[in-house]
Amino acid sequence: MSKEKFITLKSTAVPLSIENIDTDQIIPARFLKATTREGFGENLFRDWRYNSDDTPKDFILNNGTYTGKILVAGKNFGCGSSREHAAWSIYDYGFRVVISSFFADIFKNNALNNALLPVQVSDEFLKKIFAAIEKNPATPITVDLSQQKVVLEDGSSESFDINAYKKTCLTNGYDDIDYLLSLRDEIRHFELVH
Amino acid sequence: MPQQKTLFDKIWDAHVVKSSEGHPDALYIDRHFIHEVTSPQAFDGLRKRGVKVFNPARTTATADHNVPTKDQHLPIKEALSRHQVETLRKNCAEFGVELYDLGHPYQGIVHIIGPELGLTLPGMTIVCGDSHTSTHGAFGNIAFGIGTSEVEQVLATQCVLQYRPKTMKIEVNGTLSKGVLAKDIILYIISKLSASGATGYFVEYAGDAIRNLSMEARMTICNMSIEMGARGGLIAPDETTFNYIKGRKFAPQGETFDRLVEQWRQLKSDDNAAYDLVLTFDAADIAPMITYGTNPGMGIKVTDRIPTVNELKDLSEQTSFSKSLEYMGLEPGSAILGKAVDYVFIGSCTNARIEDLRLVANMVQGKKKADNVEVWVVPGSKQVENQAREEGLDKIFEAAGFQLRQPGCSACLGMNEDKIPAGKYCISTSNRNFEGRQGPKSRTFLASPLSAAAAAITGKVTDVRSLV
Ligand code: SF4
Repeated sequence: MSKEKFITLKSTAVPLSIENIDTDQIIPARFLKATTREGFGENLFRDWRYNSDDTPKDFILNNGTYTGKILVAGKNFGCGSSREHAAWSIYDYGFRVVISSFFADIFKNNALNNALLPVQVSDEFLKKIFAAIEKNPATPITVDLSQQKVVLEDGSSESFDINAYKKTCLTNGYDDIDYLLSLRDEIRHFELVH
Repeated sequence: MPQQKTLFDKIWDAHVVKSSEGHPDALYIDRHFIHEVTSPQAFDGLRKRGVKVFNPARTTATADHNVPTKDQHLPIKEALSRHQVETLRKNCAEFGVELYDLGHPYQGIVHIIGPELGLTLPGMTIVCGDSHTSTHGAFGNIAFGIGTSEVEQVLATQCVLQYRPKTMKIEVNGTLSKGVLAKDIILYIISKLSASGATGYFVEYAGDAIRNLSMEARMTICNMSIEMGARGGLIAPDETTFNYIKGRKFAPQGETFDRLVEQWRQLKSDDNAAYDLVLTFDAADIAPMITYGTNPGMGIKVTDRIPTVNELKDLSEQTSFSKSLEYMGLEPGSAILGKAVDYVFIGSCTNARIEDLRLVANMVQGKKKADNVEVWVVPGSKQVENQAREEGLDKIFEAAGFQLRQPGCSACLGMNEDKIPAGKYCISTSNRNFEGRQGPKSRTFLASPLSAAAAAITGKVTDVRSLV
């Protein structure tokens, strides 16, 4: 199914300098009861954003200073449960890129399957990004998928890895199922001979 | 000498439908499990694309994540949960998928029923939209959790697109001390590797301490592979495995079974197979373990002190460490032994098999729970529940003041009514101690079923070795 095509994104970013952010924090289990993919953004980081009586907490997403389509987070982002809802909620909230120095495997896959680009940078560069945002929350960050580069306002940059196949999918807005469906005859054949 | 391969590589290679340059492998899936939470959007996707389920006989469904554990014969009270279970029912009927619904004798936690019904076999590829699919690897297969988009891939094509992970061997050798269970082995390994130490790897567990474990215990180990970041974990099958499978409902029977066993005996890593990483641990060094923090890597021997900030291996983790202890209401450097608990949860796909319930019953027989604790025993499946009743374990639990409930995921993730209240401490046999995992602001200590049973009796964190 066609998704939004990703080429280059220039945006301010929201810094979340916490490590090991697990998918239970990204979207707590009690919000997994929907049967569609939409509307999860409202409950992104729900328990960090709101008290139990729904009044807002002192949390970065409630702090108007930081906005943008890029989420910058500490290492081992997205660990824990395989819930794809985590990727959906981040996307639905409006983010298109997550930058971290390390991603949990399943989350990375889920993100890539949902037009959310996980960008893994070095610890040093991540620190640099956090510092740049802290100094100036309005600083733009450029994520260039074709060049596989993150560029900061001061011109410093770092390149990131992305699998060539996933890159093609993202830039063309198509997904794994489209590819697998094209293999159906081969799969039938495999079933017959195994 | 022919190329030396790991068991993982052998199974993987046998399931690659297509491997082409620059693409992930299209991997054929032998067995697919689904449940109410991560499947609705996948079925929706099929409808939107106008495709059918490719091979419905290879998918099995059950309702487990948000089902109540009391009065399962009544309609689910909570509207959203009810809607999700009803949606699963409709989807299974529409697409021709077998469903073990609430009330069905085979219903239960997805990773408990697969093995129990003989659906989980050696040499297979198994996936489910749930990270603890790694449990099935205990039978010598490749089993891993997938996201909903991948559930849709499997429904539509019986394949998933995957990159081959790296392989790691974890050997545990020697003899376990009294009171030390499989749960302690895996909590110990995770505490050594951290919550991300095995990311990118598929783990094979080996060594005599693993070989000597029952199937139930092996499942506990493989179950928590994901807690150190691994995609999955597996253990080469052996007589223990074949004996467990023999005679199970959907397992191959008679001559077919015997013939398969001969094939399954070949399922092992070659002697000189190369792993990307090999780690070795000594069983004698493992003690009853408990977690004190909010990720499963934050575990210590129950008699150890909680570390201080200065003792952290990785100084960059200071902030999350302090945040974690604050959440848990614990002091760095303090003892965890003797800490009072409010709830005891014995359940989940990690430790809710019949063997776990027997261990607990055995320990609490003739004893009573402490007044300050509430104790929930939630069997992993309807079959486990019935078996427990048949063996009279229900009487032992009742006499001890424990509540024996009906099967489901329950307080493992608190999607149903079984939530640990804010600020309360729960010693839990489940697998995750994340913030709010067992209910908003709940505080979780992960431990073995024996340690949980001991805490139920004493009302506080206890070294089970003092009771066995
Ligand atoms: S028992 Fe817990 S870990 Fe296991 S499948 Fe259910 S929610 Fe997941």
